[in-house]
Amino acid sequence: MKYSIFSLAKAALTGHKGWGRAWRDAAPKAHYDVVIIGGGGHGLATAYHLAERYGIRNVAVLEKGWIGSGNAGRNTTIIRSNYGLPGNTGFYELSMKLWERMEQDLNYNTMVSQRGIINLYHSDAQRDAFARRGNTMRINGIDAELLDKAAVRKMLPFLNHDNARFPIMGGLVQRRGGTARHDAVVWGYARAADRLGVDIIQNCEVTGFVRDHNGRVAGVETSRGRIGAGKVGMAVAGNSSRVAAMAGLRLPIESHVLQAFVSEAIKPLIPGVITFGAGHFYVSQSDKGGLVFGGDIDGYNSYAQRGNMPVIEDVCEGGMALMPMIGRVRMLRNWGGIMDMSMDGTPIIDKSPVDGLYVNAGWCYGGFKATPASGLVFAHLMATDTPHEEARRFRLDRFERGAMIDEKGQGAQPNLH
Amino acid sequence: MASQQANRLAAGGLIDRTTPLRFSFDGKTMTGYAGDTLASALVANGVKLVGRSFKYHRPRGILTAGSEEPNALVELRSGARREPNTRATTIELYDGLDALSQNRWPSLGFDVMAVNSLLSPIFVAGFYYKTFMWPAKFWEKIYEPAIRRAAGLGRPSGVADPDHYDKAWAHCDVLIVGSGPAGLAAALAAGRAGARVILAEEDSLVGGRLNSDGGEIDTIPAAEWADAALGELRSMRNVRVMTRTAVFGVYDGGTYGALERVNDHVPVPPKHQVRQRLWRIVAKRCILAAGATERPIVFPGNDTPGVMMASAVRTYIERFAAVPGKRLTLFTNNDDGWRTVESALQAGVEIAAVIDARKDVPARCKALAEDDGFALYSGNVTGVRGGKAGISHVDIGLANGRRTTVSADTLAMSGGWNPSVGLASHHRGRPKWQAEIAAFVPDGCPPGMTVAGAANGELSLGACLRSGHEAGASAAADCGHAGAKHTAPAATDESVAIAPLWHVEGKQKAFVDFQHDVTASDVALAQREGFESVEHLKRYTTLGMATDQGKTSNVTGLAIMAQLTGRSIPQTGTTIYRPPQVPVAIGAFAGHHRDENFHATRLTPSHHWAAERGAVFVDTGLWKRAQWYPQPGENDWLESVSREVLAVRNGVGFCDVSTLGKIDVMGKDAGVFLDRVYLNAFSSLGVGKARYGLMLREDGIVMDDGTTSRLAEDHYYLTTTTAKAGPVMQHLEFCRQVLWPELDVQITSCTDQWATFSIAGPKTRDLLREIVDPAEDLSNEGFPFMGVREVQLRGGMVARLFRISFSGEMAFEISVPARYGDALARNLMIAGKPFGVTPYGTEALGVMRIEKGHVAGPELNGTTTAADLGLGKMMSKKKDFVGRVMAGREALVAQDRQVVVGIKPLDKTRRLRSGAHIIPRGTMVGPETDQGYVTSVCYSPIVGQWIGLGLVERGRERIGEIVRAHDPLRDEDYEVEICNPCFYDPEGGRQRG
Amino acid sequence: MRIACPFCGERENGEFTYLGDAKPKRPFVAVIEDGKGAEGEQDAFYEYVYLRDNVAGEMSEYWYHGGGCRSWLVVKRNTLTHEILSVAAAPGTGAAVVDVAMAKAGTE
Repeated sequence: MKYSIFSLAKAALTGHKGWGRAWRDAAPKAHYDVVIIGGGGHGLATAYHLAERYGIRNVAVLEKGWIGSGNAGRNTTIIRSNYGLPGNTGFYELSMKLWERMEQDLNYNTMVSQRGIINLYHSDAQRDAFARRGNTMRINGIDAELLDKAAVRKMLPFLNHDNARFPIMGGLVQRRGGTARHDAVVWGYARAADRLGVDIIQNCEVTGFVRDHNGRVAGVETSRGRIGAGKVGMAVAGNSSRVAAMAGLRLPIESHVLQAFVSEAIKPLIPGVITFGAGHFYVSQSDKGGLVFGGDIDGYNSYAQRGNMPVIEDVCEGGMALMPMIGRVRMLRNWGGIMDMSMDGTPIIDKSPVDGLYVNAGWCYGGFKATPASGLVFAHLMATDTPHEEARRFRLDRFERGAMIDEKGQGAQPNLH
Repeated sequence: MASQQANRLAAGGLIDRTTPLRFSFDGKTMTGYAGDTLASALVANGVKLVGRSFKYHRPRGILTAGSEEPNALVELRSGARREPNTRATTIELYDGLDALSQNRWPSLGFDVMAVNSLLSPIFVAGFYYKTFMWPAKFWEKIYEPAIRRAAGLGRPSGVADPDHYDKAWAHCDVLIVGSGPAGLAAALAAGRAGARVILAEEDSLVGGRLNSDGGEIDTIPAAEWADAALGELRSMRNVRVMTRTAVFGVYDGGTYGALERVNDHVPVPPKHQVRQRLWRIVAKRCILAAGATERPIVFPGNDTPGVMMASAVRTYIERFAAVPGKRLTLFTNNDDGWRTVESALQAGVEIAAVIDARKDVPARCKALAEDDGFALYSGNVTGVRGGKAGISHVDIGLANGRRTTVSADTLAMSGGWNPSVGLASHHRGRPKWQAEIAAFVPDGCPPGMTVAGAANGELSLGACLRSGHEAGASAAADCGHAGAKHTAPAATDESVAIAPLWHVEGKQKAFVDFQHDVTASDVALAQREGFESVEHLKRYTTLGMATDQGKTSNVTGLAIMAQLTGRSIPQTGTTIYRPPQVPVAIGAFAGHHRDENFHATRLTPSHHWAAERGAVFVDTGLWKRAQWYPQPGENDWLESVSREVLAVRNGVGFCDVSTLGKIDVMGKDAGVFLDRVYLNAFSSLGVGKARYGLMLREDGIVMDDGTTSRLAEDHYYLTTTTAKAGPVMQHLEFCRQVLWPELDVQITSCTDQWATFSIAGPKTRDLLREIVDPAEDLSNEGFPFMGVREVQLRGGMVARLFRISFSGEMAFEISVPARYGDALARNLMIAGKPFGVTPYGTEALGVMRIEKGHVAGPELNGTTTAADLGLGKMMSKKKDFVGRVMAGREALVAQDRQVVVGIKPLDKTRRLRSGAHIIPRGTMVGPETDQGYVTSVCYSPIVGQWIGLGLVERGRERIGEIVRAHDPLRDEDYEVEICNPCFYDPEGGRQRG
Repeated sequence: MRIACPFCGERENGEFTYLGDAKPKRPFVAVIEDGKGAEGEQDAFYEYVYLRDNVAGEMSEYWYHGGGCRSWLVVKRNTLTHEILSVAAAPGTGAAVVDVAMAKAGTE
């Protein structure tokens, strides 16, 4: 049933008994044209785009738990396209354009909310770096504004403007940035892909790859049996190395834990997304009223989906330094997600050295905002065997060639990206 | 005063009737007693309606008596101290307490938003995912602002928190969480054995349920036993009892987070005291004795004010001598609920009826009903009549199919007890189902944790005491404190028999999650739509995501889902329990790290002197550096900076450069070591010489630069940029310790040991001769460019003198022990007066480095190679060094890379700005024509215009080319010339002269 | 997380800085001529600098006690549970064993 206020009102008359499953509970078939490993946002978006744009509908998405149980359901829901390096800029803007039409494309309210994002700067050097980046955005047709001190004070009067250790000097604003409801993105893609014939198979963990006599990947072994596949794509950020290892691959990736936080619900306080430039803290407020915030990764390899106190304190210190009005607001929940930290801070979307296996990995902590574009370009790659124009630099061999895309300039040190 | 407290019992309770306290709720003044919580005082004053729910704005009353309260949330205090969403059940009453109900307008009694309740047929779980999509533009403009205004609960103050927070560490052998019977027994056992014990209790009183449930321990009343136990614990030096301290998280390595509410029970923290303190408790062993939480039954109308947890009714009566109503009904599925009837009877409350859902009600209960003459129904509550003023009648569906109604003003409900498994599950262990008590108990606890008492599903008093005692003794033994054997305190094992009951169908809404308005039919809708996983259920319906963290709703919700899907409860499983176990103020995690104290401040040796001269300071990492020294009559910074530059170029100036990282590298192999970490050679450097060095990361990108001097055969002195002092030190230690421990070399950071000033300008020697011993030869021959040596100053002090120049002028850097930096600055001013000596700041320093084309932070941006910086020729071809191999990758040696060039606007009056991009003339602006950007700029008083450095594609081949500086952010676009990066004295004659 | 520094005693992980897997060894490559080393040195360094096993389980890794004694440590830790199994000083654990033939070529 199509979702709308009319169908909702109609359903209300019958006590909402008429709604069916948002997506089918599919059992695995023996063979698919394409199998996507990973029922997160990226995997589901890939399946959707394969079916919708490339006409490949005999597709299965395999999820070891429940869809959206990885980083798709653990992030701080920020969307933005304020990147500065070739390769990233165009890609994230493609994503932003897909966000802007997502609800209509999917017939699902994913609550894409362009309330704006501001990166604050606290020094001349930071301002200059933001100016370079903002100009890159503008040259690429992306909205960006550089605000001075007075303009930031006017826009966000509640920040600590008067006795800060590192006074706010201004900010780089992208008004089209904002947030989206992360779980809804997963469900929206699942429902839309399902309607196009994609099988979404939950509780189905991939345990190995099936190879043909040429060594080509011909399917996967799973906890629910062998599933044949013409092509296999992995979209399992956080666990990319573990899945790749089943195919004998080592990746330029480390898994690190990133913590995120939400406060008790309070009446509207913060309009858009704010990132602190003198500490590790960023924050937005959900429609429900909770402050959603985060900071730096814990800094050590981890698959444990939980972190430790030093970073929790560091994040809250940043928060109090930036907006001391949140002192009495209580942290309600704190969790950890496992990030695919790549060696240059930029994702990898490419064919793997193993024939028939395609890699979508290395999202660091930027994966959520990339969801729609990641799905589109990965679908393009798998459907056409050529990289999508906007993902042509996200190659696996860029490290061997020296063509890193290193926004932070931190080099091959994943925990610094 | 006390007469107002209509529902206060004449006697009893752990309250201090000699200390009446005035408080106000929604502007109405009432009184309570010391020892009350806000909730108990409201109960004593007969207040039923205390809050409004999140979505439907339904009227709500107090449900519980503890930190799991979902309904009775208030805005506590006012002004900057206003604290939203504070649980009335945990607020200790103080005189003058001021609280407001929240999430209602205009008043709690008449809330306009209650219209949402009428729309509830549409506002079902997840309705917003299905609508608000057309037209697309309306989301941000119309729908979302309306939703945001309606959502949220309390209002934050909106201004800076005026209170302080503290952080502290504590270490112990055994941490015991909770001071109920199990916790006290554990503390006694561990403490008597000699272990270092911390007993943490979130309440202001120790005792837990002993304060509410009565009973006897070791043949004396439980309260007396608890008093004696506390007395004994307080007498032990190895035991620390921490009340008002909630353990909220279990982290790795036996680290526990706890929040102490130091001064929340007073109106304002006393002067110089903190409001709350964050504890990091490191414990070898932890005993979780956090008890259990009674769970509601999901029946129609269960959210009507006047419906209260049975255990809470008991607590209000026993601990606070406050009765929630005059005519009580009880709806229970277990024996424990019946204890509330006993309490109520003793307090003289009339029992209207007991509705027991079990097929077989124990004979003891039947006898009680008979003896006391109240009705006992076998059946379920199928509806509640009444409204915001409270309940009036309870509808009952009898087991025999008939219906009946009783009038009552209070309905106590007991669905059984959920052990507090939260902390035990913080390492992602999943609790296991225990059918006998129809509840989850901990499993897969974090290392070092054991669980005792009700938290472990041992619900009777006797069992609590025994398991607490055992856990305490064995935890102490694990820590090497066997101690003498004691016997466990003894008590009877009262019956806790239960027949699970989760949901009673009916016409009215039956709430699972009270605060978030999640009903049983919402759970059913989620199931119908395929959101069957408990995590999907939670996320789709928001069940368990309210401020009570699902303490009253999670298990019930998943049990209903299990019924709907036909799976068992353990198959259905729980959601993940996440810290913090109780919500914690963000300010507590930050402690004193806010405002100016957010991070430490490092001051240069000449800071105070510079401050006296009115210097403007700039933050450089943690350092405060003098940026420029304004003089009277100067209108802006540019005037000051240009004056400083010209003073150096024409006379002499000095600048504190102590912030540069300084590292002593000593040992026989120091030269070899430096050869390996720098791309150029240092073993060949003569003693008494300095050399500029460039260091790569292992990936071939430039890491840092600086000058390194050889002070002796086996002693080098290395400098880094200010920003990279720490990372370079760490890197060098890695190279020394991990890669090449066979080298005989030691490295020590001495950044803080030396005060260093750059003295620059044609009159530098004149000035130096005034402070250096006349015997020292400072002539070009006696002290050539890039020479280094120790010199004696007038007065006898020894300083290090380096003839190096960042400004391009004849210059020296002089280093003295840091404590003499201030004196040296003052002496330079005095000695330099005849030469017009001018202190200069980091801006002038920056201007002169740009004029000279020296690269710095903006060019060393972590993506540039030595060749990009124009320093490729420095790379030694005779040795291996860090980064050599990776620097040779194809894309890093490509011909079209962006390289450092000089840039100047054609219009000499035009200001050049960093961050402007370089676009070829006559082309369309776009990503394809974006060829680089301006990295550093300054106004050069020597060149007489704004100049800069930039990174430009093939830049070195394009010297002289005119291109556009495109700066859409600042709405600028102008022509600039690509030029040689050195704008001043390219031959270098001045610095060598 | 608490790391028992062999020199300072047990400390909170906030005092330490993490580098990563201690398994990759810096290849020993002597310069043969004109800034170039042996054949294959780029491949060897590519693996060393970029590729990781990204172990899910017990892993030896480098931690730097920058907030204490400035020692580099090798900590054996389980990345699934954060359990620390051993801590030792790191001397010499980071470089490949010298290949004699290559070393000779490098000494000229």
